Amino acid sequence: MIICKAPTELEKMHRAGLVVWDVLTRVRDAVQPGVSTMDLEKLAEKLTAAHKARPAFKGYRGFPCVLCTSVNQEVVHGIPSAARKLRSGEIISVDFGAEVDGYYADAAVTVPVGEISPELEKLLRVTRESLDRAIEKVKLGNRLSDISHAVQGWVEENGYSVVREFVGHGIGTRMHEEPNLPNFGEPGRGPRLQEGMALAIEPMVNAGQPAVRVLADDWTAVTADGSFSAHFEHTVAVTSNGPWILTRPKSVAGPSW
Amino acid sequence: MAKPDDRDKKRGDGNAKEDAIEVMATVLEPLPNAMFRVELENKHQVLAHISGKMRKNFIRILAGDKVAVELSPYDLTRGRIVYRYK
Repeated sequence: MIICKAPTELEKMHRAGLVVWDVLTRVRDAVQPGVSTMDLEKLAEKLTAAHKARPAFKGYRGFPCVLCTSVNQEVVHGIPSAARKLRSGEIISVDFGAEVDGYYADAAVTVPVGEISPELEKLLRVTRESLDRAIEKVKLGNRLSDISHAVQGWVEENGYSVVREFVGHGIGTRMHEEPNLPNFGEPGRGPRLQEGMALAIEPMVNAGQPAVRVLADDWTAVTADGSFSAHFEHTVAVTSNGPWILTRPKSVAGPSW
Repeated sequence: MAKPDDRDKKRGDGNAKEDAIEVMATVLEPLPNAMFRVELENKHQVLAHISGKMRKNFIRILAGDKVAVELSPYDLTRGRIVYRYK
């Protein structure tokens, strides 16, 4: 069952979303060559505590950290490490979720480290644009798979592939709620979008083939062919005025990230 | 945090529940309705019926046969015969 949220509940999710936005934008600004992924974790942990929010990932099914840091060919769910120092030319996806007052919000952004190649810049741009296009489909009367199809269409048109094994998800009083939201599929399938639904939309895009595998740490997903992978995410609510991106301030407009 | 796609996770064979305990047993006596009294290796006696798959394929079971029995962790006095050893 998909749980539709009342406007007051969406406001609470937005409060969690503003924490997520603040943490992610500051972590994004802290990314530079020489910084370790554990440094980013420590920063995120400190900021979350300052907001008096609860980090949603730490302890979730045993995940050890507040932040997922996935570098280069890592797709999602990378575990921060003091030994992993970022170098110029790499890309890193940072994924963060917070709970405030019982309500969750979840977002992610992929950041270039120093100067990156034009090919990688395109990978980041296309992935971000696929999220933009997905969010445009969040309106009353559309069906769930219209969102999925928007992602897949744009990604494959640009010669990349979407990950099949991981999906976006409903979100609310739990981090993962129904429905599952794949980043691929035929348009016009699945439930119609209704006012109050909240979805974590998260395209995961591989430069090469779609296959991924999970490392021995049971978390880190990497591309099977070693190609680089990008990941952008927002928590988005369906309202009668169209999509409401809960994980950023209302004053911010334009592209999703 | 992305969710693993669990929409079409495979279940086991038909009725076979993933958390059943499979043990060896010897058939003591046939009972009506394709039920058997079997003795487990630990000398416990349980009432076991035949799995649908074995019934469909006419696998006959006689007293004295060695069989594999699945036990539900919730009711250890009943089981399901899932294999007859030759």
